[in-house]
Order: sequence, then structure tokens, then C-alpha cells
Amino acid sequence: MPKLKVDGIEVEVPQGATVLQACEAAGKEIPRFCYHERLSIAGNCRMCLVEVKPGPPKPQASCALPAADNQEVFTTTPMVKHAREGIMEFLLINHPLDCPICDQGGECDLQDQSVAYGRGQSRFAENKRAVTEKYMGPIVKTIMTRCIQCTRCVRFAEEVAGVEEIGAIYRGENMQITSYLEEAVQSELSGNTVDLCPVGALTHKPYAYEYRPWELKKTLTIDVHDALGTNIRLDSRGRQVLRALPRVNEDVNEEWAHDKTRYAVDGLVRRRLDRPFVRKDGKLVPVSWNEAFAAIAAVEHGGSVAAVAGDLVDCETMFAAKTLVTALGGSRLEGRQTGMDYDTSSLGAVAFNSTIAGTERADAILLVGTNLRWEAPLVNTRIRKAIKRGAKVFAIGPETELTYKVEWLGDDLGVLSDLPQAVLQAFDGAERPMVIVGPAALAGAHGAALGLVDTLGLVKPDWNGFNVIHLAASRMGGLMLGYASKGGIADLHDARLTFFLGADEVDYTRFDGFKVYVGHHGDRGAHHADVVLPGATYAEKPGTYVNLEGRVQRGERAVFPPGDAREDWAVFRALSDAMGATLPFDSLPALREEMYAAVPALRHPGLANYEWSPPSLGTTATGRIEGYPIQDFYLTNAICRASPTMQRCSAELVHGESFAEAAE
Amino acid sequence: MLADKDRIFTNVYGFQPWTLQAARARGDWDNTKALLELGQDKIIDVVKASGLRGRGGAGFPTGTKWGFMPKEPKADRPNFLVINADESEPGSCKDREIIRHDPHKLIEGALVAGFAMRARAAYIYIRGEYIREAETLFAAVAEAYEAGLVGKNACGSGYDFDVFVHRGAGAYICGEETAMLESLEGKKGQPRLKPPFPAGAGLYGCPTTVNNVESIAVAPTILRRGAEWFSSFGAENNKGTKLFQISGHVNKPCVVEEAMSISFRELIETHCGGIRGGWDNLLAVIPGGSSVPLVPAAQIMDCAMDFDGLKAVGSGLGTAAIIVMDKSTDVVRAISRISYFYKHESCGQCTPCREGTGWMWRVMERLRTGEADIGEIDMLQQVTKQVEGHSICALGDAAAWPIQGLIKHFRPELERRIRERGGDLAPMQEAAE
Repeated sequence: MPKLKVDGIEVEVPQGATVLQACEAAGKEIPRFCYHERLSIAGNCRMCLVEVKPGPPKPQASCALPAADNQEVFTTTPMVKHAREGIMEFLLINHPLDCPICDQGGECDLQDQSVAYGRGQSRFAENKRAVTEKYMGPIVKTIMTRCIQCTRCVRFAEEVAGVEEIGAIYRGENMQITSYLEEAVQSELSGNTVDLCPVGALTHKPYAYEYRPWELKKTLTIDVHDALGTNIRLDSRGRQVLRALPRVNEDVNEEWAHDKTRYAVDGLVRRRLDRPFVRKDGKLVPVSWNEAFAAIAAVEHGGSVAAVAGDLVDCETMFAAKTLVTALGGSRLEGRQTGMDYDTSSLGAVAFNSTIAGTERADAILLVGTNLRWEAPLVNTRIRKAIKRGAKVFAIGPETELTYKVEWLGDDLGVLSDLPQAVLQAFDGAERPMVIVGPAALAGAHGAALGLVDTLGLVKPDWNGFNVIHLAASRMGGLMLGYASKGGIADLHDARLTFFLGADEVDYTRFDGFKVYVGHHGDRGAHHADVVLPGATYAEKPGTYVNLEGRVQRGERAVFPPGDAREDWAVFRALSDAMGATLPFDSLPALREEMYAAVPALRHPGLANYEWSPPSLGTTATGRIEGYPIQDFYLTNAICRASPTMQRCSAELVHGESFAEAAE
Repeated sequence: MLADKDRIFTNVYGFQPWTLQAARARGDWDNTKALLELGQDKIIDVVKASGLRGRGGAGFPTGTKWGFMPKEPKADRPNFLVINADESEPGSCKDREIIRHDPHKLIEGALVAGFAMRARAAYIYIRGEYIREAETLFAAVAEAYEAGLVGKNACGSGYDFDVFVHRGAGAYICGEETAMLESLEGKKGQPRLKPPFPAGAGLYGCPTTVNNVESIAVAPTILRRGAEWFSSFGAENNKGTKLFQISGHVNKPCVVEEAMSISFRELIETHCGGIRGGWDNLLAVIPGGSSVPLVPAAQIMDCAMDFDGLKAVGSGLGTAAIIVMDKSTDVVRAISRISYFYKHESCGQCTPCREGTGWMWRVMERLRTGEADIGEIDMLQQVTKQVEGHSICALGDAAAWPIQGLIKHFRPELERRIRERGGDLAPMQEAAE
């Protein structure tokens, strides 16, 4: 624990800390461009120069200098001031003065720091450098003349995203950042490079020239595009969400978000259901709320009522629907739309028990039927971190590119009960072993995977290495609320009246009864429904979500739903009146109280405590994993499918189409 | 004048073949086993006692540098010796003469030095443009392998030592030691941050020492003839003999081995046939390769050519690449050209060098024609100060020093050009903040 002085303030920092961190500990602001906590140290912008004694009589880059005992650091001396002014001047001589048309304007590190540390006028009378734009794909727009060569994007691509596709070419003042052969960056995390870019060289292509940052209302909420529960901030103007940015949550997403989280928001204003519809003569006809309710109330269900929860819904919606189904005499609930019927008697056996943050401490990892790169990209980055610390990774399933070195054990599930010696050896000495079961294996090999708990010693007093990956944001919440039937969704097929809560992945042809779709997008569900009731997206309602590790999180409403659409719980409340089974709550707080009473774990945000009592299931698995459930990362739900950006990403990055770009 | 018997590089002009047979006749590889039997610590002690300072420019004591290497390398982290033959400094041409005419001195030195620092192998990184030299070196290394002088059980000493030759691809910056390591590893040649220093984590993360060709090549001779012999040349703290490379406006430009601390006048008179047009015609001298500040005639004439002597006149010995300029030289243009060289060779990694070198060169180009304001001379001086000492490696310093030397010694010339073009005499106006 080195002790040192920063501007006379004595601080003690952990072993291995840098002088920059010591300065921050002392409350001193150190300007920086290339340094980023989550990336390796480049030390190339030279903005963080400080004076250090003892040391050479020149300023030192504080980001790269290890803090040591008895150092004296000065951050306000004339030497430091001149150094900062000099670097600032150098950075600006070739930086264009296009702030008024730059999308980064208002949230630009270069702007802020030049105001704070720059000299105020330029002495550079030569011509400025111009750099041609580089094509980096449908997500990242480049204006490379603005680039200050901090290489954050290069380091992010290589270290976090695991794709070595961004790099620097040429040298000296001609150095340029570009993607490999100027092709689209093949990463589902490419949008993060835009956040990392301290200037406007990389900007969000889908939002280009759409807004200024200071016009936006910022709402803190939770993402629903996968089961991770990424903490996000929705920036909206008027009634439209303009962008989604990740928030820092070390336990969940650190400060990353994948491209679906960020860029599917333009789907929120397209193909929306903004009024109720009733199917008449095979066609959906717009009607009033009362007519729609009357059509539903007229169904003779005789208590044969069921509800299917979609992937994006919040706990409140599911609870309201459940209460209504129960009040109508039904009991069948299901959220696993694609027909999976794994055992849900113990939630611990279907949760991500090691926690997302815990993943990076694992030392031996076995992936069973999971394409993590698409199913949970931010768990994938954690595994990359674990590998950096020395973890070994094995995988069962069809081979796919996971951005790190994996020892593939084939796609035969039989290997689970007869693991190769190499796996046993790696797990034998492992302190934190992990098995991650993906949806491709969960249906057929849940029991066999649970059998590994004993053979591989996954559960220890302070560690549970059994993990299940889910794809739906609603899954864990749904399971806590009882959205699971013994035989899966097949148990619901004969229900006379079924409510579909934004469920768009269901095989509707199997349902013979009356189908009510409550949701927000005119997708597959609405096409098959007898009555469509317009609901709200995750951006338009406050909601409770439980992520795959059982973390209860709450989102806030950013904008209001369009047209006649209402928050889903309110739809059910109104419908219950029309059906003569009035729900016992009139407001969201009242609903929540009821919900907490039914499922106390939902009351407190944070990790729900699932008891570890795995069911005894057959421990042999046979068959092969034919493929992974996600065929197209960019088009997994109704919002994505409505989003032009995601359609473009899918066409270009998944299906390899190329697009001609108009010149600007 | 250095007596012929005291010369280390006896074939620097290539009057004899470079081959192993000829090298042996000149005394190389003569019972090298006995040198190794001195033991590692003894070899380092002798080199320390000889006062040999690194010949690559910085002048760090070579023996001390070798002593930084771990005494007991781990099995999975062997020590490495990297020999810097990426001689790209304008004016320097000594390593080239060693490699093409006396490569076995270098290879024997690699073995001795590598053994002393417990290195597993030596990598010789040779400048890409040295095509014939690289051919010679490859052939010489093959000869040495064939004769059992390096490789398994090198020279019958029981020590396994490999020598690899690696060709650069034509970047000046790869002569910087950490950029050289990056380049050897197959990456873009950009200097690394220090610390960690190469002796701690160098090539492939293993302890590494990077030495200049000349520093390595003189080691066997020092061991054979003794530290006292070597330290009998030169002034205190600047011991030994050195290859001087004199180019420019002398009557006979040459590369010559001389004792350190010889005076400039003696060096030029003895070996170069004097200054072109006589001593009165001398304008200025760049005494250590393009990166050091120039020294005007009056100060250099009787200056001792060594580290301390040149430091006293505000310059440096560098690689002892002496560029002599007589009064026919357009000194501003000369420095501007050097400035262009550094702009061209900057790796672009860190801000001051990437942006500063281009700016400095553009201002220099305008100063050359006088198309500037008087105030811009001071501005240029400030810009050089903003680059110097702020960059990751020394290329920023190297780009700044020649210009600082020019402004220090030839400011009247700069002002004359501006005035002749009718430039403004008043300093640049700055707006109030």
C-alpha cells in the first residue's frame, strides 16, 4: 500500500495503482483522453502529465506511472500547466472546428478539456489535416478528421469485444484509425466504441444529426433485449426515445451495452399498435376499447383461461394477467414460448448462480449448448476477462466463434456423463468452476448438467458454479410469478381463452381458442389474434425486471405510449371490469403491494435469494445439439424487427449483404 | 592518433574478406571458450571496469546495463539479448561497416555478451535497407553455426546460445529499443511505455537487454586485452576507442576508429584532410547524428569529441556521426530537411511528436524562405519546448533539438531572411483573454 503526497495531500493507494489513480484519490482532477479504467494503458495522449518527485526533471504520464512510496506529485505547478496547454494545443491544431455540426458537441471530452486546460487561442497558421472517412459498418459513423488517435476504440475492440478488426495504419501525423480493409466491424458490441471515443470521430450512425445532447430528457431504466438486465439510460425528446446508453453497474453490464440495446430504439416508433382491434370476417378492424372488451367478455371460456408471457414484459404485467386469469377460474400460465418444459421446481437450478460479475473470477468453465456471444454478449465479455486471469474454457455444441479460445467437445450431449480427461483435470484443481447451460441444452440436458454439480464439484460454501442462460428479460420474473406449466406451452393449447402478453414467438396455429394479444408491436402475435389490445413497451412503463441471475431491478417510464395504447397492467385492470372479475388494485403502487405480498422477493431491488435445492432428474442425456436458438442476433423480438437499424445490421452483418452509401 | 595496434576494428575498410577464416586470422573467435570461462560476473566486471559506455547514442554504461539482467532466469522466461543494428540516424554509418566487413566481431560479441547476461539467444535487428549487409550477416551467422561457434554447446563451452538475424522494414523508429521489441514481436513498431524497462519485461515479456552493434562488437577485444588497455584511451568517464563517421564538407569523408576525447580539429586534420576550403570556411557541425543540436564553428574547433565535451557545448556525442557544414551550406534548409525527416519518421503514437513534428517542419519550411513573422521564431522555440520531454520516446526530443540548436546559434540568419522578404518586425500580437 504505497503512501504518497499529491499536492501536499497524503493518500494511500492499493498496490499496483497508478499515479493518476492516486491523484483521483486525493480529489485532483487529471485530464485524460486515452486512459480508460476498463482498457489497457496506452499512455499516448500525454494529457495526464504531472510533475513527480523523485524523478526526471520532466513531466510524467500519470496514467502509466506506478504509484510508489514517498512520491510527491504536483498537479498544479507551472510545468504541469504548460504541459497540458501544450498537449491541448497539439491536439487541436489538426482537429477541425466543426463543433457546431458535430454530434459529439455538448458531451465532448475535447471540448470540455480545452475549455478547462487549453490556452484559449491558436498559434497554428498552417493548413489542417483532413482524413477520409472509414466504413465501420451500420452502427459506427466515422468522421476521421476529428480523430485524436487515442486508440481507445482499438483497445476496446481487441480487449473487450475480442475482435481484432480496428487498428491504426500509417504513421506520424498520417496515422489513421480504420477497420480491417474498411469492412464493417463484426461485433455485437461495436456501439461501445462510440461512447469511448472522446471526440466526434466515431458517432452513432443511426442517430446522426438527430439531436443535440442537451435537448434530451434522461430516464434511468432497464434493457429488455436479453435476459441480462443491462442498466440503461433512455434519452428522449418529446414523445420519442432517441437513444439508449448504458449506465454503470459493475454487477451487471459494467459500462457496456450491446448494439441491440442501443440501437433498437428506433423500432419503438414503428409498426406500433396504437388502438384496439377486433377480428371481423378474418380481418382486424379498429374498434374502441369498449367494443374490444365486449368481444373478449363474450367468450364462453368456462374457466379454461390461460396466459402466455412474451419475452419483453415486466413483472407487473405478468402479475396483473395472472390475477385476472385466476379470477376467471383459470390457472395455466407459461412464458417459455418456444415450447421448452424444463423443471422449474427449484429456481436455483435454472438461475445464473455464479452471478455475472462472479464469472470473471471463474477458473474453469464448461459451456453446454450456448452461443454466449449472441445469447448474452456481456457474459461473454466476462468470460474473456476470466480467460485473461487464466481460466480454461470447454464447450459442448456446434462450433461457433466466441471471440476466445475454446476447447470444443463436440455436439453430442452424451459427453456430459463421460467428460474427457482434460476437462476433469481442469475442473479438478479449480477453485471456482463454472458450468453454463444454454437454452439449446436446457430442454434435453438439464438433468445431466445438474449431475455435473457433484462430479465436477460445482457447489462450494461460497460459490455456486451451476448457471443457466436465459434469453428473455421476462423469464426469471415469470418463473417467480409462476409462469411455467409442467408440460410447457403444450399444456395451454386447448385453452378456450388465452391472453398473449407481447408473445410473438409462439406457434399460434396450435391454439384453437380465443386469442387476445396485449402488446405493443404489430408482429406475429397481432397477426394471429382475435382481439388486439395496444400496450406499452419497456420505455413507456415503469416496470420490475428480474435478470438471469435473479437480480430484481426497476425501470422508469421515459415516454408515453402512442395513441390509445396504455400501460399493460391498466389494460388488464380495465378488462377485468368488463369481464366482471374486477382486479383488486387501482394504481401501480397498489398492484405492486399485491405483487410483493404474493412474491416477497420482488420487493427489494437486488439479488433474489434462490434456495439451492436442485431437483433430482435423470442424469443421462442423449442426442445432439443441432443448433442454437438465436438464428439472427439482430432480429430476436418485435422491437428489433420493427427497427430499420436492426434490419440493416441483420442484412449486413448476419447475411452479408452490402449497401451502397450516398455521399454526404 | 590511435596506433594501428590499438584498433579494435581492423577490417573496417574491407581490405580483407569478412569470412570466418579471415576473421580468425585477425584474431576473432580466438579461444572464445576461455573468455566464457571467466564466468558471467567476471565478464561484467571487466566491461564495467573498462568504462565502456553504450555506443548507440545515450551513453549508458554497458557493463551496468548487463548487470540489470536477472541472475537466475526462469525456465519459461529466458533472458534475451537484442542487438540494435537498425542504424537509421542520418549521418550514422558505423554499424554498417562493422556488419559488412567484420561481422564475426559482432557475432562473437553477441555470444560473449549474451553469455554474460545469461541470455538464451541474441536477436540482431538489422535495418531493412541494409540488404547486402544483411546478406553478409546471414552468411556469417551460418558460418558460425557451422563451425560450432554458436548454437548448441557454443565454442565447446557447454553453453547453448542462438543468434537470430531479423530484418526491419524501413522505419527509423524501430531503432528505439522498445519499438524494436514490438517490431520483433511482429507488431507495429511503436515505442512502449517505460516502466517496465526491457530488463524487467522486454521481448515477449522476458528480460531483455538492447545494445548497439558497436557496444557488443568491442566486448571480446576488451576481454582479451583487458579493461586497463581500453580505459587507457579517452578522458575520464569517456573511455575507450570509438568509430567516428565524418561526412559533409571535409576533404576526405570517412569512418575511422579513434580514441575518445580526441579534439575535433585533430580528428579532421588527421583523418579527413581538413575542412573543405580551410578552417575559416567552417560554418557549423552536427557532432552526433541528426538528432543533436548543431555547434557553430568557433565552439566546436577545439572541442573534445566525447560525451562530456560535447555536452558542454550544448550538444551530444550521439553515435559520433559528425556532419560538417561549411559556409556554402544553407543551414536553415539543412535543419528543415532534418525536421522533415522526423516528421516522416514519427510513429504517430503520442500526441506531441505526432502533431508537433509536422507543425515544426511546416514552420521551418517557411523560415527557410523567410515567409514568416519574426515572432514565429519564438513561437517555434516554444513549440519545440512543448514537444521536448513530453513524448513517450526520445524521438520527440530528437526532433526538437536540431531546431533549438538552429535558433540558438543562427537566429540572426533566420531574422535576415524574414526581413529580406519584408516580414513584420513586430512580434505577433496576442488577443487578451
